[in-house]
Amino acid sequence: MQTIAKRPESLTDLQFTYCPGCLHGVAHRLIAEAVDELGLKNQMTGVAPVGCSVFAYKFFDFDMAQAAHGRAPAVATGMKRARPDMNVFTYQGDGDLAAIGTAEIVHAANRGEHISVFFVNNAIYGMTGGQMAPTTLKNMKTTTSPYGRDVDDIGSPIRVCELLNTLDAPYYIERVSLLSPADIIKAKKAVLKALTYNKEGRGFTFIEFVSTCPTNWGVDPVKALVWAKENMIPVFPINNFRDKGNEGVAQ
Amino acid sequence: MAKMTVNPNYCKGCGLCIAACPKKIIKFSAKINAKGYHYAEVEDQASCIACKMCYQTCPDVAITIEK
Amino acid sequence: MGEKILMKGNEAVAEAAIRAGCRLYFAYPITPQSELIEYMAKMMPKVKGTFLQAESEVAAANMVYGAAGCGKRVMTSSSSPGVSLKMEAISYIAGANLPAVIVNVQRGGPGLGDIQPAQGDYFQATKGGGHGDYHCIVLAPSSVQEFADMASDAFDLADKYRNPVMILADGLLGQMMEPVEFKPYKTEEEMVELSKQHFDWCIHQNEDGPGHHHNEINSLEIDPNVLEKHVLELDKKYKTIEANEIKYEEYNINEDNEVVCVAFGTAARIVKSAIDDLNAQGKNIGLIRPITVWPYPYDAISKALNKKVKCINVFELNLGQMVEDVRLAVNGKVPVHFMGKVGGLVFTPEEVAADIMKNL
Repeated sequence: MQTIAKRPESLTDLQFTYCPGCLHGVAHRLIAEAVDELGLKNQMTGVAPVGCSVFAYKFFDFDMAQAAHGRAPAVATGMKRARPDMNVFTYQGDGDLAAIGTAEIVHAANRGEHISVFFVNNAIYGMTGGQMAPTTLKNMKTTTSPYGRDVDDIGSPIRVCELLNTLDAPYYIERVSLLSPADIIKAKKAVLKALTYNKEGRGFTFIEFVSTCPTNWGVDPVKALVWAKENMIPVFPINNFRDKGNEGVAQ
Repeated sequence: MAKMTVNPNYCKGCGLCIAACPKKIIKFSAKINAKGYHYAEVEDQASCIACKMCYQTCPDVAITIEK
Repeated sequence: MGEKILMKGNEAVAEAAIRAGCRLYFAYPITPQSELIEYMAKMMPKVKGTFLQAESEVAAANMVYGAAGCGKRVMTSSSSPGVSLKMEAISYIAGANLPAVIVNVQRGGPGLGDIQPAQGDYFQATKGGGHGDYHCIVLAPSSVQEFADMASDAFDLADKYRNPVMILADGLLGQMMEPVEFKPYKTEEEMVELSKQHFDWCIHQNEDGPGHHHNEINSLEIDPNVLEKHVLELDKKYKTIEANEIKYEEYNINEDNEVVCVAFGTAARIVKSAIDDLNAQGKNIGLIRPITVWPYPYDAISKALNKKVKCINVFELNLGQMVEDVRLAVNGKVPVHFMGKVGGLVFTPEEVAADIMKNL
């Protein structure tokens, strides 16, 4: 008997601190698998955000940095410019990337920084206890939108992939989901592509994961997948927005 | 011949693998781990087809699949 | 070597930083230091360094954090309102024990203020600015030559202590042209040595086996017992810096001083002129000029309080910030007078002399 699936080398042995059923762990695993498969473990480094995944610096088994809220793309820029021989990624949630970090992500993408950004979108602020996020859905109730998100007052959810897709420089932008094993397998392909492009020095790559937050949505992990499929996918459609490595090929 | 194993120390009893398994051979253990979770465990190993759906969805990377 | 170049302060410190081995510079334009970023834009590519104009001072300071986390000599510069934006990153840099150099070419404040020279950021620089228990080492130049010299001092201190170092200049020094003698460029061997430092903690290429490292550039310690330990270690570092790195200038300090002045940076130059005038008329006025404003030369001031000293006169281009440190040093022994100038205006030697005479 052969082991055909096990914990990737690029993850440390620490148990993840995420809630039961939180898909951050899946995203971590996909990145770690890709790092292993590409043989990048000894030249990889990443930036952890502020958010539920603040401890990501403990979970990947290579040198990592932790960044101030929203600043990971700037920190990653400094790292990649300082050590171009290394491969750099950031890992960020919806508050980190789409609220406080909007300037940093837009400009890192616009400069075409040779980094990979992994953006976990679960339409809510997890770590701080369930407040509204820039990606919170219309009429969705959170602790800071207790009557439901009133889009007339504070706007609609932000689609980051679409936003970044207006820029010239980004090399690869894809939105995937983690809402079923089949989706996860597709997401893995995207992660692998992003890190392959990263390894090959092609430019800025961006993956948005549509994900869940069972704890703050107030549902069990399995129901959360269903809710996300029904409510988030229509707002954040799964799509390969741009793939300069595959120009002219139908997506 | 296939074997799926859950490391009870990593498992948080989230149930995603149970829902994902097409053969419905994973269940919550009656026992609890050190953190108090009823961890998942396979109850009909012989029926495992090593599809890896459980492995794909496990958020704690608690599962190992052998074939 | 020995050759003096007439150069603007902003450009001189940039040139000096490059000579000191800095190959990474991230910044945002702001008056009165835009010449610094423009000089770097021109010169960094010539030494195959990285120049990047960031989208904001916030982003620039975080790029510094990232590059510093990789163990490299890295610098940013700004002026007062932009330095305010950097405070979060500076706290993170300090909390993560990272070496970095930040240049503040101060201008009138608060808020948007104006673009004329001021010293209103003393509190921000020396008493925190960012959150938490930390200190930047703060160097206050008083001439373009000193401004340039402080570039290599700053990098050396930053590397020695794994700490952010701020050069607290002002718009006058930034804009003024004076002759500067530069240190030579780092040799190739020296650059190689620089590139090998900090491997015990910084982010760099990894390896399998016993050499495998998992270095974390991080200031988060969620367990309060661990955070306590970490902060107490920082405190140890700061006490070591206080014990070893205080620098100040004594200008006509002697046993017969009637008045001792205290001033830093540009203000000190003007006070020196006033003192020279008064001493030429038979007075005996001295000046203590702190060169490090953190750590602060408290002892130098209290030691200068001989029996004849009637009072201390503090002169600053603000509403009175460093004067609080002087009062701590003097500890009530003699009266401490303060004259400030705000709005980006600069007092004249005549105004300073008149004030000294008034208090005599």
